[in-house]
Amino acid sequence: MTRKGSRPAAGSEAIDPDVDLHVPAQRAEPQGRVLAAVAAGGAAGASARYGISLLWPAAPGAFPWATLWINTSGCALIGVLMVLISEGGRTAPHPLLRPFAGVGVLGGFTTFSTYALDFSRLLDAGEARSALAYAGLTVVAALGAVWAAASATRLAVRGRGPDRVVR
Amino acid sequence: MNWLLVVAGAVVGAPLRYLTDRAVQQRHDSVFPWGTFVVNAGACLVLGVLTGAALAGAASSWVVVLLGPGLCGALSTYSTFSYETLRLAERGWGFLAAANVAMSVLVGLGAVHLGSQVARQLFA
Repeated sequence: MTRKGSRPAAGSEAIDPDVDLHVPAQRAEPQGRVLAAVAAGGAAGASARYGISLLWPAAPGAFPWATLWINTSGCALIGVLMVLISEGGRTAPHPLLRPFAGVGVLGGFTTFSTYALDFSRLLDAGEARSALAYAGLTVVAALGAVWAAASATRLAVRGRGPDRVVR
Repeated sequence: MNWLLVVAGAVVGAPLRYLTDRAVQQRHDSVFPWGTFVVNAGACLVLGVLTGAALAGAASSWVVVLLGPGLCGALSTYSTFSYETLRLAERGWGFLAAANVAMSVLVGLGAVHLGSQVARQLFA
């Protein structure tokens, strides 16, 4: 829904939050600064993930709660971030916010490969039931978190003004 | 020291995800997020091979930290995967959303397992 004189926020048509070439501004984004922002954010996100995995290690055969929590919270945060960036602001967000916080920090914090390795390790430990529960629970928790966080952020953003319905 | 290795891996992994995603998207015009799918599947395969090599004693512990939680951890992503699944569903492409979840999970889990089994035998 577009009011006269206001266009949908740049990037609201995007599917892929890392980079979506259907969005002209992202197709043309300056590669040097963007890559530096992604690298810096990735270092921060991966450090946080590594720190949590050291503080909250899973014993062999035990349920990998740390990875589950990392992925679920990262998915909730990307829901908040992307709604704020693509639907929220009266002023355009800084062009490096998505590369730094979304692609870098949250992309570096969450991990698909560790999730898959956790599953494989549970299988190797003879914990097939645990492995399947972990695989399914992570998907449900991650998708539930991104949906709930995006919905809540939309409600909050819409409460601030009448013109915030952008799909 | 290990923390520096994780950072070194992530500084390469996160931009590599962004660049691979762009490169894959330049080769097709569908709304299906093939870029993220390729990146996650690739990171899972590399992590599987790395784990298998480590179990066979062919990868030292610093390489495992650099490439495991560092490179593969930052190369792969759950947040991007879940957000694009949500966007596909919101835009009315429920089938693509479901296909993205099923394919990413099955291929990712399979790639780690396959990579580690093959590497364990190759490097034994």
